[in-house]
Amino acid sequence: MADVVLKGVQKNFGALAVVHAIDLSIVHGEFVVLVGPSGCGKSTTLRMIAGLEDISGGTVQIGDRVVNDLPPRDRNISMVFQNYALYPHMTVRENLGFSLHIAKRPKDEIDKAVAAAAEILSLTPLLDRRPGQLSGGQRQRVAMGRAIVRHPDVFLFDEPLSNLDAKLRTQMRVEIKRLHQKVGTTIIYVTHDQVEAMTLADRIVIMRDGHIVQIGTPLDVFERPMNAFVATFIGSPPMNLLPATVHDGQLRLADETTMPVPPGISVRNGRHVQFGVRADNIMPDGHAMPPTAHMAHVDMPVTLTEPLGTETLLFGTLAGTEVQAKMLNPRPVKPGEVLRFGIALDKCHLFDAETGASLRA
Amino acid sequence: MYRMRLPPWLVLLMPAFVILFAVVAIPLVLSLYSSFTAFQLTRPESITRWVGTFNYEKALGDANFWAAFGRTVLLLTVALNLEMLLGLGLALMVAKVTHGQRLLRTMMMFPMMFSPILVGFQFKFIFNDNVGLLNNALQSLGLTDVAIPWLVDGNLAFIAIVTAEVWTSTSVFAILILAGLFAIPQDPVEAARVDGCTPFQTFRYVTLPFLMPFIYIAMAIRSLDVARAYDIVQVMTAGGPARRTELLWTLIGRTGYVDARMGYANAMGYIAILLSIVFTVYFFRKLSAARTSLGMGD
Repeated sequence: MADVVLKGVQKNFGALAVVHAIDLSIVHGEFVVLVGPSGCGKSTTLRMIAGLEDISGGTVQIGDRVVNDLPPRDRNISMVFQNYALYPHMTVRENLGFSLHIAKRPKDEIDKAVAAAAEILSLTPLLDRRPGQLSGGQRQRVAMGRAIVRHPDVFLFDEPLSNLDAKLRTQMRVEIKRLHQKVGTTIIYVTHDQVEAMTLADRIVIMRDGHIVQIGTPLDVFERPMNAFVATFIGSPPMNLLPATVHDGQLRLADETTMPVPPGISVRNGRHVQFGVRADNIMPDGHAMPPTAHMAHVDMPVTLTEPLGTETLLFGTLAGTEVQAKMLNPRPVKPGEVLRFGIALDKCHLFDAETGASLRA
Repeated sequence: MYRMRLPPWLVLLMPAFVILFAVVAIPLVLSLYSSFTAFQLTRPESITRWVGTFNYEKALGDANFWAAFGRTVLLLTVALNLEMLLGLGLALMVAKVTHGQRLLRTMMMFPMMFSPILVGFQFKFIFNDNVGLLNNALQSLGLTDVAIPWLVDGNLAFIAIVTAEVWTSTSVFAILILAGLFAIPQDPVEAARVDGCTPFQTFRYVTLPFLMPFIYIAMAIRSLDVARAYDIVQVMTAGGPARRTELLWTLIGRTGYVDARMGYANAMGYIAILLSIVFTVYFFRKLSAARTSLGMGD
């Protein structure tokens, strides 16, 4: 039962600042995902909340306590590590019960808690094995079980799925979400994988170079990215960005192709911008979503196709930039074939060419 | 002309066979054989005087032999445990040092760089009841005004020998345990901290189990060393006075080379070697159990 509040939290390694005075409030029961490219400070932030790194500035508050100077053991948190971090010399049962054993809880209480956690994570048949005899997915479940037996205020996950293969990762993602629904504890989850962030989070915190770039619900950050970095980082495939200039309410791309400025964006003449369009919003005629009120059309040669079954990803070149588009109800497309594409302008974005900031009000 | 053609594999292995025979097989067989004879170094022809198991029976019935045997086991136990504790402490401290750690690690090896004979002489001087450093220091500090007979009293002499052994060889433990400390994965240690462990509990439940294989390797090496302990003791007390610090190999050495009763010495030697084998097997078992429990396989 605890909110987590970060106020001006900083981390310096010597003269090098890796986290710059970030502010973040997480309400009780929320599932917050810190996401960003490697080196953005997300893991360091998590480790400061855990107490595994000293806090160079600012305060971290869990519940109503400022925990800056408390060792990890007094913060009532649990952590799941990237490399599982199981105790190799203990059985699964001992791993799960270790924190309660340290807390000197009575044996029958430990047994009960371990059995309950094992039940939730389907570990019951594995209780007497050692970590060395488990598969990666099973080890990760033990790590999660170890975290839940103590009923902590906050769960911290540090890239827990990045050592698993793709199929298992999808499976474990679902299990983590289910676990959150079942136990309802606050979760702070670090990942560099935007798909994990989108699928798991109540709110996503996007970090870059030690700063928080944007905080919002998954749909928020997907539909209303605050800058070009978020736009290209969130969503798969990444948003296409095309350099353009504004002339008389029209966008002019590098090859003099023109189209109207997306509706709802006001921008002065002569401004250099980046035109952002997701693959979902640029589709060949006859294989597209129903057209919206604001469509633009371009002819584009297709250079490469990636059939995905229900849709095909088309790679083409528009105004000298490689663009990814989507084709619904796909038909075979030969490389070099020129298709006519419709662009749903009301779903498109403009970013300042220099700062990358979104020009949507 | 007839020439014997040996198969090529035999020809190629021949140098190895010759060397092995010369340095291992022949001495082994010869010493084993001589332990069943009344062989005396001063009378070479006595090597043919077969006496059966007489030497072995004599050794097993000899109170002096068993006293030396027991004292060797005691030295092994005391020295190894002390060295383990001190080495562990030393390694834990050195692992915390950030600046100048390389230098410290090198300095830690210094005691191993001296010949045990010289170490023996040095400690013989330190513990000398008359001119020794220790007694002079104790007297100057006013802690005592008698000359403590360090190397004369049986128990005190044993302490003096243990001190010398520990001084020379603690670094074997320290170095191996330090290597172990560097090899410990950080994740479980951090997990333990989050799981509620105090620093001591983290050490007790996570760090120490990871160090056990390294400790057992050091134990195995050192148990062989101490089981054949000879040089330091020979220099410091020569097993005396009046056999009060007699170890297996000082006894065997004297029987073989001073009393020239090599047949009897060899018989005792073979019994003594059993001790080394038992300890080695024991520590290797522990080692492989510790490794298995850490999931390192064996």
